[in-house]
Amino acid sequence: MSSIIQQLINGLILGSVYALLALGYTMVYGIIKLINFAHGDVYMLGAYFGYFFIKVMHFNFFIALVLSMFVSALLGMLIEFIAYRPLRQSPRIAVLISALGVSFLLENGMSYLYGSDKRAFPQAIKTIQYHFGGIQISNIQLIIISTAVTLMIVLTIIVKRTKMGRAMRAVSADQEAAVLMGINVNRTISFTFAIGSALAAAGGVLIGLYYNNIDPLMGMTPGIKAFVAAVLGGIGIIPGAALGGWLIGILETLTQAVGLSDYKDAVVYGILIVILLFKPTGILGKNKREKV
Amino acid sequence: MDKAHIKYTLSWATLVLMIFVFIYVTTIFDVIGQYGMTTIVLIGINLIAAVGLNLVIGMSGQFSLGHAGFMAIGAYATALVSSAIPSIYGFIISLIVGIMVSGVIALAVGLPTLRLSGDYLAIATLGVAEIIRIIIINMKSTRGAAGIFGIPNFVNWQVVFGLSVVAIVFVVNFVRSTTGQAIIAVRDNEIAAESLGINTTKYKVIAFVLGAMLAAIAGGLRASFIQSVSPQDYTFMQSITILIIVVLGGIGSISGTVVTAIVLGILDVILQNFGSLRMVIYALVLIIVMIFRPKGLLGTSEFSLKKILFDSGGDHGNNNSKNQ
Repeated sequence: MSSIIQQLINGLILGSVYALLALGYTMVYGIIKLINFAHGDVYMLGAYFGYFFIKVMHFNFFIALVLSMFVSALLGMLIEFIAYRPLRQSPRIAVLISALGVSFLLENGMSYLYGSDKRAFPQAIKTIQYHFGGIQISNIQLIIISTAVTLMIVLTIIVKRTKMGRAMRAVSADQEAAVLMGINVNRTISFTFAIGSALAAAGGVLIGLYYNNIDPLMGMTPGIKAFVAAVLGGIGIIPGAALGGWLIGILETLTQAVGLSDYKDAVVYGILIVILLFKPTGILGKNKREKV
Repeated sequence: MDKAHIKYTLSWATLVLMIFVFIYVTTIFDVIGQYGMTTIVLIGINLIAAVGLNLVIGMSGQFSLGHAGFMAIGAYATALVSSAIPSIYGFIISLIVGIMVSGVIALAVGLPTLRLSGDYLAIATLGVAEIIRIIIINMKSTRGAAGIFGIPNFVNWQVVFGLSVVAIVFVVNFVRSTTGQAIIAVRDNEIAAESLGINTTKYKVIAFVLGAMLAAIAGGLRASFIQSVSPQDYTFMQSITILIIVVLGGIGSISGTVVTAIVLGILDVILQNFGSLRMVIYALVLIIVMIFRPKGLLGTSEFSLKKILFDSGGDHGNNNSKNQ
C-alpha cells in the first residue's frame, strides 16, 4: 500500500512539471490555435538559464528561478514576434512548420554552441529526505510541487482578475470581437507567450534540480507529453492542463512501477490516441457544435 | 487520348530517359564514384518518401509528423522477410508486407484522428511513430536498439530510379483522378466539399494511407540498400528531414519536392562536416521560407513541359498548376 502511495507522490511531482508545461501549450493553443512545438525547447532553455544563474552568477536558487522565468518570458515574446506574428494571416500549416523550425533551431543551436552532452545541474539546494511511515519525500520534491501550485494560483489570479487576463480570455473566445472592443490583440498574444514561456522555464529549472542534469534535447519528449496532457485535460482549458499534467505524470510513474518502464512513453502516446477516439475535447472539455 | 496528350507524355518520358542515360553515363566513366552513387540512391529513397508525404500534407492538407514510423515499418518488414527468404522474390514480398502493414496502421490511426478538424493528426502521428519505434526497440525479433544487419541487397540505383518515377507518375495521376480531385476539394474548403456530398474523412484517410504506403516502400528500399536497420534511423528527425523536403519545395508541388530532394541531397554531402550547424542552417531556412513564402519555394505550381514546349497560350486543360 505504502509503495502505491509512494508512486502516486512521485507521479504527482513529475506531473507538476508536465502541468507547468501543459499550461503554456493550452494557453497558446487557446488563443491562436497553434501547437507551439518550440514550447518544450523553451523549457530546455529555461533550465540552461537556471544553470547559468546558479553556476556562473552564483545566485540563490529561488532568485535564479525567477530570473530564468523572466528571461524566458522575453525569449517567448521574441519567438512569437519573429516566427509566428508575420504568419498570422498564413495557413495554419505554415505557422506549425515555423514552430517546428524554431524548435529545431533552439535544439541544434544549443548543441552547436554548448555541445550536446549532458551537463550536471548545480546542487543549489541540499537534498534532505523526510520519512512518513513507509513513504519518503525529499525537500526538492516539496519545492517542485509547492512552486508549481503557487505558479498555478498566480496564473489563475492573472487570468481571472487582471485586465490583461480578461483580454486573454476575450481574444481566445473571439479574436475579431476582441479587436472591436479595443483590445490590442498582438500585445495580448505576446503576453500569453510570455506567461507560457515563464511557466515552462520554471518547469525546466525544477526538473534540472530534480534530475541533476540538463541537455539540449531534454525538452523534446516532455514537450510532447505535456501537449498530450493538455489534450487530455481539454485543450484551451487552463485547469484541464493542470489536471492532465498530473494524470500523465502519475500514469507514467505507475507504468514504471509495474515494470513496463520501456513502454512508459508509448503508454502516454497511446493515451492520446484513446482520447482522440473517445473524447477529443478532453476530460473537462464541452462539446461544441460546429458552426458554418 | 488525344494527340497533344501523347506528345506531352512522350516528352516527359524522353526527359526521364535523358536523366537515366545521364546517370548511366556518369557511372560508366566513374565520374561520381561509389559515394556519389550512394548519394543518388538515398536521394531517390527520400524522394519516394517525400512524394508520399506531399500527398498527405500538400494534397489533403493534413499534417503528418510520423512519416519515419511508416518508413520504419517498411524497413523492418524488408529486414525480416528478405533475411528469411534471401531472393528477389523475398524482397518483393517484403515490400508488399511493409506496404500492407503500414497501410493498415495508417488506416487505424487515420480513421479516428482525421474525423477531427485541427492539428490533432500531427501529434497523433508523432505519437504513433514513437510507439512503433518503442515497440521495435523492445521486440525480440527486431533485435532491439542494435537493429538487424546483413540484409541482402537487391537495390541499386536503377531500381530506385525506376520506383521513384513510378511513385511520381502514380501520385501525379492520382491527384488528377476523381479521388484526387475530391481530396483537393477537401483541402481547399472542407465545408464546401462536404456540402457537395464528399465524404471528407474518407478522402483524407485515403491520402494518408497512400502516403504511409509510399513511406513503407522508401523504408524497405533503404533497409535493403544500406543492408542494416536500427531504430535510431527512424526517429522524429527522420520525419523532419522528409518534411523539410516537402515544405521547402512547395506544399502541394510534386516538382518542387523532386527539386528539393535533389538539392538537399547534394547539400547534405557538402555540409556533412558541419554537424549541428547544418541543422541550425536548415532550421533557419525553414523559418525564413515560411515567413516569406508560406507555401514553400514553388508554392503549388508545377514544372510543366507542356508550358515550355507546346504552350501556344491556349489549352491549359490538363495542367494542374493552380497559379494561372
